[in-house]
Amino acid sequence: MTAPELFQENASRTIKVDALARVEGEGALYVRVKDGVVKDIKFRIFEPPRFFEALLRGRMFWDAPDITARICGICPIAYMMGSSHAMEDALGVAVTGPLASLRRLLYCGEWVQSHVLHTYLLHAPDFFGLEDSIQLSKLHPGVVERALQMKKLGNTIMEVVGGRSVHPVNVKVGGFYKAPRKAEVRALIEPLRRAIDDSLKTIALFGGLNFPDYEDDYTFVAMRHPDEYAIERGRIVSNRGLDIALSQFEDHFGEEHVKHSNALHGVAKAGGPYMVGPLARYALNFDQLTDLAKQAAKDAGLPRVVKNPFQSIVVRAVEVLYAFQESLRIAETYEEPDASCVEIVPKAGRGFGCTEAPRGLCYHRYDLDTEGRIQTAMIVPPTSQNQKQIERDLLGVVQRNLCLTDESLKWRCEQAIRNYDPCISCATHFLKLTVERE
Amino acid sequence: MSGNSAGSPLIVGIGNRYRSDDGIGPWVADRLRAAGLNAIEHSGEGAGLIDAWSGHDAVILVDAVQSGSPPGTIHRFDAATTELPKSFFRYSSHLFGVAEAIETARALGRLPTSLVVYGIEGALFAFGDALTPQVQEAGVDVANAITPPTTSRSSARTPE
Repeated sequence: MTAPELFQENASRTIKVDALARVEGEGALYVRVKDGVVKDIKFRIFEPPRFFEALLRGRMFWDAPDITARICGICPIAYMMGSSHAMEDALGVAVTGPLASLRRLLYCGEWVQSHVLHTYLLHAPDFFGLEDSIQLSKLHPGVVERALQMKKLGNTIMEVVGGRSVHPVNVKVGGFYKAPRKAEVRALIEPLRRAIDDSLKTIALFGGLNFPDYEDDYTFVAMRHPDEYAIERGRIVSNRGLDIALSQFEDHFGEEHVKHSNALHGVAKAGGPYMVGPLARYALNFDQLTDLAKQAAKDAGLPRVVKNPFQSIVVRAVEVLYAFQESLRIAETYEEPDASCVEIVPKAGRGFGCTEAPRGLCYHRYDLDTEGRIQTAMIVPPTSQNQKQIERDLLGVVQRNLCLTDESLKWRCEQAIRNYDPCISCATHFLKLTVERE
Repeated sequence: MSGNSAGSPLIVGIGNRYRSDDGIGPWVADRLRAAGLNAIEHSGEGAGLIDAWSGHDAVILVDAVQSGSPPGTIHRFDAATTELPKSFFRYSSHLFGVAEAIETARALGRLPTSLVVYGIEGALFAFGDALTPQVQEAGVDVANAITPPTTSRSSARTPE
């Protein structure tokens, strides 16, 4: 990787990033620097709000998974699972046993799809000093071939359990429309064993990258479950002592409008920004990773708690390994369930659902009337929650790198934003870079 | 996924049926499948697209584009020999879409021997499942251009 060019004079300046590449959706970043000090940072989202919550009002409870899935083409399962869980909570039913395992398998497929796409094809080029994954393909074809193979297996898991790889159609409140055949799931076993080897190579590759020098004392928020690395169920915990039920989320976290953006900004009512996503999960649930994943993380040089956000690319690779191992465990023991879903009787109630989308915690709350019709809906996606923390990271990264030329600084800022794998479509309820040096 | 057969290209209709003119790719695929051709629908997600055409010597992609031309304008690219203009094909998740898939596959030596891309200029990409009339007419023209003469004779349509 080439060394960044240095800014030659300590003048005031403005830098603009008017269209951020390799993130989902439209947004921009504005930075104003005066006398060598960052005076203002605004992370703007152009994507208009899409009012999904209002769209859900008046619809039947069973419509929620398929409608909310359309919030995002990258993490539809996060929305399908969160809304399903919330409806089941409201309706007093629980999905357990093989159906719950199938849901976890499907979610692992989405983690693989999303993390492999982001790490290899969108984030890795930054670390190699390349413009995009096409250049990476030309210089390191074997690396990109491996990525495509891994992602393909994520797609296959989604097709087997979810019916198709993009916007799956097989999820419903109470379970699935159709349980996959045992032979289809068992056919995943051999490819999954090979994928574990590919994951280990990935962790080793990313662990050897050069990471910009930056750390923060983050407030990490993630789900935690006593029996497993939390993905689709658990309580909400933080590294500041928080340990709450899903129903208490809105007591501790909120969203606020800011003038400069169409995206809502997540705020912790205790004050300050907070971080959801891979670094938070890794910090709070490291003990629940597999021994192989823990060892691979250690071998790649990851500390027990990762405070350098640029190392998130390695943490995502560790989570891919874990997701493949979990998928293998489930596939090896899968037996076809007696029924593809549990029976549901509509009734009035309030329900909460929360899962770990690839980008972090995704919260849902719904109220139903006696017929099961949605009265109110509330969805808080992970990218909204990370907005303030992204701005704070950018403030620190820009302040520390003011010696860089505008072009190099812009590059570094984009790399910092991609640490969050921001999903702007989800957050708009979200990017360009402008740095003004006065 | 059906395998490759000599002389029978894989036709991939790319797009989202619920975003108005973005649905023209799947619409053309429906029409060609009804005529007995090997046509599939695809979201346009790049990695999946490379996988979809794997094993096929001849592939035709049909996608909606937005280049500033009048609605219904048909752009034809021989992607096996020419780089695709990225700015035409922006409707992708996380910017790893059709153009990125083709150029990545070219770098990896995974392009089909023949890869033709039809881009149909769309007018409206809002929520909805209706096509703009000019876009649908262009879809008919593209379907006719793809349909081999023998298949045309066996269908109800009068060969042009």
